[in-house]
Amino acid sequence: MVRFIDKDTRVIVQGITGGQGQFHARLMKEYGTKVVAGSVPGRGGQVFEGTPVYDTIAEAQEEHEIDASIIFVPALFALDAALEAVEAGLDPVVVITEGIPVRDSIELVAKAKLKGTTVVGPNTPGLIKARESKMGIMPAQVFRRGSVGVISRSGTLFYEIAAHITRVGLGQSTCVGIGGDPVVGLDYVDVLKWFQEDPETEAVALIGEIGGDAEERAARFIMDGDFTKPVAAYIAGRAAVPGKRMGHAGAIIQGSSGTAEGKMSALREAGASVGELPSQVAEALRRLL
Amino acid sequence: MKLLEYEAKEYFRKFNIPTPQGRMVTTADDTAAAVKELGRPVVIKVQLPVGGRGKAGGVKFADTPEEAEVAAAQLLGMRIKGLKVEKLYVEEKIRIVSEVYLGVTVDRCNRCYVILASREGGMDIEEVAARTPERIVRHRVDPVMGLRSYHCTLIARRLGYGDKKMLQFASFVSRLYELAVGMDAELTEINPLAEVEDGFMAADARLNVDNNALYRHRELEEKLLHSYQGELTEREMEARAMDLAYVELDGNIGIIGNGAGLTMATLDTVMLHGGRTANFLDLGGGATPERIGKAVKFVLEDKRVKALFVNVLGGITRCDYAAEGIVSARRDLGSTKPVVVRMMGTNEAEGKAILKRAGIETLDTMEEAAELAVKLAGGN
Repeated sequence: MVRFIDKDTRVIVQGITGGQGQFHARLMKEYGTKVVAGSVPGRGGQVFEGTPVYDTIAEAQEEHEIDASIIFVPALFALDAALEAVEAGLDPVVVITEGIPVRDSIELVAKAKLKGTTVVGPNTPGLIKARESKMGIMPAQVFRRGSVGVISRSGTLFYEIAAHITRVGLGQSTCVGIGGDPVVGLDYVDVLKWFQEDPETEAVALIGEIGGDAEERAARFIMDGDFTKPVAAYIAGRAAVPGKRMGHAGAIIQGSSGTAEGKMSALREAGASVGELPSQVAEALRRLL
Repeated sequence: MKLLEYEAKEYFRKFNIPTPQGRMVTTADDTAAAVKELGRPVVIKVQLPVGGRGKAGGVKFADTPEEAEVAAAQLLGMRIKGLKVEKLYVEEKIRIVSEVYLGVTVDRCNRCYVILASREGGMDIEEVAARTPERIVRHRVDPVMGLRSYHCTLIARRLGYGDKKMLQFASFVSRLYELAVGMDAELTEINPLAEVEDGFMAADARLNVDNNALYRHRELEEKLLHSYQGELTEREMEARAMDLAYVELDGNIGIIGNGAGLTMATLDTVMLHGGRTANFLDLGGGATPERIGKAVKFVLEDKRVKALFVNVLGGITRCDYAAEGIVSARRDLGSTKPVVVRMMGTNEAEGKAILKRAGIETLDTMEEAAELAVKLAGGN
């Protein structure tokens, strides 16, 4: 079963002494996330802004109760770091790292599945429960507590739409960046299933982009009646050129599959309100709620 | 990264995949010498990173060194899809009984490798899949179990092979999968895979390697830029050399954003407001003022660009850095092209102040900014 976070989730930051790790560990703590430890091989025994650092997760677990991990280590070491977290029983494991080879992601996702661990990412902005806890790199100021669940493959576009949701007077429950890589731990359907059961989520903003067929599968899931809350969606990439990779490793139209139009019409047929502009997602949600 | 046939076949041989004997050559003289050395009739194939070479006349046959020299002279220097032919692959001609298709690629949805095989070799496999899906055997490789011998045997059986041919095909599948995993292939395929009298041979070879995995294949890193030839435009090649995620489009409004999704949405929004975009440029996360300046310069230098729209949503990217980069790039170039900036998020006030001092407009929403950019570019 998919597991996300709340104010009680105790987090270890893998790679806490690197540039990204330092910066975001600080911001997560400021937001209220319970960052109880960090881990970096070779830095055991140090203390980073009040947070003790260990060489391994196993040693951190001897001193602390830890629930989940967020990973800021370079791509070269990311598979091992993530498997360390999976093997330690941490859940979810959030992999912020960009540039991980697909072969490594396949191995990670398969092994995490055996353990029943939720992997968020790789190449994700992370996840946030508004006003409680964040495990990610999203700017806190655009979020306000409310009832809209957000799922996105992209980072900044997710912030853009979250900001619109806040601006129209609504707010967010849990927001999940599933990641921009071709192979990631979660797809829209996994997150929709969770939102269906989440009492704090009354509607969902689904943010997609060109490439793959994850949005089409989400549409089918909604069409089949397995998700019954209102959905507003935005798909980026109508102006994209087929065969060209648009920034994300996974954002590419191959042949006639993966186009924005195909995804938009699949979601429309499933009854979702599909915006032409990012701001229209928030306006649709305001009407729906 | 897409490898050429002759490069892919070097790896095929490393993984013990049967391939015909061949030599890569760049002159007509060397072609004749290669035929002499091979001592048999050959096929001469142009080496380009684009498909459809057969239809374009890029494949010729020759029985003697003299014939080969003439054929090579015709092929070298010809242009296919705008690319000049500089390399040829001279390969022994094999007697083909039938043509088969075999490929390994990544199944994004099921998060695993998938093997595709079909007796309909030599055809566009996507067409086969669309028209007669029952002619394709698909096997998803369970990442924990791996690809075992019995899986390979089953794939061979499903294609209708028995006895010795079945064992030979199964071993071919196993080796191609090992190559796919060992080489971090996004896609490797053999089309056609030639069924010959006493087994199978890779008549063609395709190998696309995951760019994120190049650190495991250092020998390929230096060939990376060259491999984009034909796939990327000249400006896209330049951008790649500067480590910028840039795609050339055909309009007159330059676009720079941070984050792939936001930058795509920026293009879409400009398009909806009736504008035509000249490019996609994603700064990625946490760009420095230098990187932003470099990107702004690169787009402003584009003669087609009448106006530039920079859209920054500061999370790990700082708005003040973006502003510094924009101002310094314009100053360095002495450019007077209109620049529209939308910024929001980290250090927004500082960024806006820097831009204001330089006389550059900022807007709060992407839609307003898109509208203004279209207006400023449309004065032609």
